[in-house]
Amino acid sequence: MREISADKITASVAALCARAAVNLPPDTLGCLKECKAREAASAKKIFDIYEQNAQAAACKKIPLCQDTGTAVIFLEIGRDAHIAGDVYAAVNKGVREGYTKNYLRASIVDEPVFERKNTGDNTPAVIHVKIVKGNKLKIILLPKGGGAENMSRLKMLTPADGVQGVKDFIVETVKLAGANPCPPVVVGVGIGGGFDGCAELAKYALTRPLGSKNKNKKYAALEAELLKLINKLGIGPQGFGGKTTALAVHVEYAPCHMASLPVAVNIGCHSHRRAEVVL
Amino acid sequence: MKKLKTPLTLSDLKKLKTGDNVLLSGVIYTARDKAHAKLLNEKTPPDWLKGAVVYYCGPTPPPPGAITGSLGPTTSGRMDKFTPQMLSKNGIIATIGKGGRSEAVKTAMRGRAVYFAATGGAGALLAQTVKKFKCIMYPELDAEAVYELEVENMPLTVALDLEGNDIYRRDK
Repeated sequence: MREISADKITASVAALCARAAVNLPPDTLGCLKECKAREAASAKKIFDIYEQNAQAAACKKIPLCQDTGTAVIFLEIGRDAHIAGDVYAAVNKGVREGYTKNYLRASIVDEPVFERKNTGDNTPAVIHVKIVKGNKLKIILLPKGGGAENMSRLKMLTPADGVQGVKDFIVETVKLAGANPCPPVVVGVGIGGGFDGCAELAKYALTRPLGSKNKNKKYAALEAELLKLINKLGIGPQGFGGKTTALAVHVEYAPCHMASLPVAVNIGCHSHRRAEVVL
Repeated sequence: MKKLKTPLTLSDLKKLKTGDNVLLSGVIYTARDKAHAKLLNEKTPPDWLKGAVVYYCGPTPPPPGAITGSLGPTTSGRMDKFTPQMLSKNGIIATIGKGGRSEAVKTAMRGRAVYFAATGGAGALLAQTVKKFKCIMYPELDAEAVYELEVENMPLTVALDLEGNDIYRRDK
């Protein structure tokens, strides 16, 4: 058994929050550059603004976007690691410190319907836990903006809807989202796993490096085809028209009930921020 | 690039066409979901709203020594429910945000107000155009409070002009 202290988790989460808000990951920057190259002049100018914004944020150490998001955290805990203390409390303490000490926006309200009082420190985080092989702890932070999250959809398709039904629902979701989620978007898709499972898979799909492919060839081909279909929509950067409506489509899947074909589409914005660490 | 300065007048707006890139200078006011609901519940509308440019934005807190934090636009569609009343009851003259507007908003705006798009996800860059920043209403709402901003050459695109031409229509 390898010991991992709660304090170490807290400090790591706080550091991830600070890093993700200010520094756009290299894969996002690289993908934006590639997409810019094939655009016409007017859309190119918007990609220039994205690049300048990334430089300004890194240089002035202020957030890339005022929406520093819900702190969505995936924990992959090695089965031979032992965490002394409350892992949920340790993560939330890290989010609290990371957001308040670095002047990130507190965007979480304590309940959704009545008073909607801001908790003041961006807690609680949304925490997903997976037990994996080994004795390490991987922490992935996905700061998730509200504008893109609001454009996400889930549908319980039927087996007869098949692959065409899946494609239609995903493309329609991006079309309906239009300019709202700050395109070009990253499309996280979860298929199968039931009502809850597909939503979590769609979120997890957004943590994959841009340009990565599903290991299953059929699903990798589906990702490539969806990216083409979505880019044909012509929504473009900021919704002003262009060849790039999505930067990437990532599909994750899981077994499901023989009566069901659940599909969740989780939209991410062009400022596709993530940070991770292995302890 | 057209230059505009607040307070904006109807004759300023008449010169604008959808798709124009403009640089806005002067005083603008932030308001998003909660501030809109509260403003429309006020018995008498605050004076500053008359002729105001309203920016849909919830900034990050300013770090020590900086004028402001990151402050890009939020999705305008969430304010659509409030906008017709903000126009008729409170007399605002322009809004700034990102994304499309409802048909009801377009109808209410026609001939009396324009809608500008700021670049979504460019909050660090937009922060550099802000020269003064202060909270003037609802400080308890933090990021959702009303902030008065003095901006200089804030880059915007006309998304809905006085005639209702919509930059987001794909069949245009």
